Amino acid sequence: MSTKPLDASATVAGPGSAFDPGSAYRCSPNVALRPEPFGALVYDFVTRKLSFLKTPELVEVVKGLENHPDVHAAISAAGVAEAQRPAYVKALAGLAESGTIEAR
Amino acid sequence: MKLVDHFQYGLNSPICLTWELTYACNLACVHCLSSSGRRDPRELDTAEAKHVIDELQRMQVFYINIGGGEPTVRPDFWELLDYSIDHNVGVKFSTNGIKLDKKRAKQLAATDYVDIQISMDGATAAVNDHVRGPGSFDTSIRALENLAEAGFGQPKISVVMTRENVDQLDEFKAIADKYNAQLRITRLRPSGRGADVWDELHPTAPQQKQLYDWLVANGDNILTGDSFFHLSAFGEALPGLNLCGAGRVVCLIDPVGDVYACPFAIHENFLAGNVRSPGGFQEVWQNSELFTELRQPQTGGACASCNHYDSCQGGCMAAKFFTGLPLDGPDPECVRGFGEQMLADRSSDTVIPKSVVNHSRSEPRNSRTPKAPTMLSLAPPPRRPDRACDESPLAGMPVPDAAPVAVPVAGS
Repeated sequence: MSTKPLDASATVAGPGSAFDPGSAYRCSPNVALRPEPFGALVYDFVTRKLSFLKTPELVEVVKGLENHPDVHAAISAAGVAEAQRPAYVKALAGLAESGTIEAR
Repeated sequence: MKLVDHFQYGLNSPICLTWELTYACNLACVHCLSSSGRRDPRELDTAEAKHVIDELQRMQVFYINIGGGEPTVRPDFWELLDYSIDHNVGVKFSTNGIKLDKKRAKQLAATDYVDIQISMDGATAAVNDHVRGPGSFDTSIRALENLAEAGFGQPKISVVMTRENVDQLDEFKAIADKYNAQLRITRLRPSGRGADVWDELHPTAPQQKQLYDWLVANGDNILTGDSFFHLSAFGEALPGLNLCGAGRVVCLIDPVGDVYACPFAIHENFLAGNVRSPGGFQEVWQNSELFTELRQPQTGGACASCNHYDSCQGGCMAAKFFTGLPLDGPDPECVRGFGEQMLADRSSDTVIPKSVVNHSRSEPRNSRTPKAPTMLSLAPPPRRPDRACDESPLAGMPVPDAAPVAVPVAGS
């Protein structure tokens, strides 16, 4: 997956929009995911920041967001254990904050 | 498993790739890590270089560090820069500033996805030019002026710390502030011609402490590329990955397409393959014998029982190798003095390895001996190295265990 560098004015979910796991999100079009043994390396072509998705399940969730009506559904579909759900919601909130994922 | 622990087993693609485009250089710095000077006739041509960029794009290497030699003296440098950026491979290039006139500065200011690093090894012409040659300080300053005037956002000033410039740290910072640049300081390695001057130029033990104290006081806005992690044993840990990235997250492609484990290790013992061979760079990165070996867990060797081992991990592989110290022992600049002691204990028959790759203008032409591909298996494989290379973009970043973290890409 490869994303052209986009103009800095492109829409990025800002810190102002509170993360809501009950609504629909997607992986930002400014972001590329590179599969790695631990999960994936994330590169944002706009902010030029590297970050990491630290489990393969988190990669599945992020990729699956656009196919599900809300974040919870994407977490369930990725086979995340129920006990792990709060940790995943928290991680996704962080990804929304950084602009890796955004509301759609 | 911590993220850092994953890194030691290697990644599908490098995070931090240095590509030296040419051995040609207008300068002849006494400490040049790649012994540059003359162009090598076998250097990758424009089409081959573009092919490598295509491959890096396929491997999702999102940005590269371009150096040399002096990369901008390649006539196709600007073409390759544009090609790379157009193919989603961002570029940070290191230069002595020779080609950064007002026109180029304007062009670069209008180019997205490029970072520039201007080398400067003294905060005054006297100190700088002693190492980098007459006029080189003025060239660097002129390049910084042109970039500032063109409105280029935050170039970096890259300083190799030496015995002669440790006292100038505040002055370097002032220069960086004046030109809206960011200061980056790195460690002098005994690599390339650096081996010839290392004894004379590497900071003294009291200077190492001085440097450490300065970093602790000013470090927030200073890039170090994790260069000085071996100084963490002084006390408070400096931020960093605590992992040598060589062959794991880091590597070097040299001008003739040879792939080495790290930019400071241009020596046949650390040569993994060539991008021109079947399978190209990807095959070398993913399957070469050397890189597979470097991705094995390491033992602390002579350092294992030291209570500072966790913070310094035995220091830099290249620094040990090119001073003739065992790779599983202390760094020559070990803050506890063990390295210094080992240097003193070297016997007259200690072989100090020297690279045959030498393009210095002071050398006779064609001095490079033909490479025997079997050397790798004949030579004892290097032990797992110990330190993140100073080019690592991860360097200087905290790697918490939870949740993904953002790292400044151009930050190193």
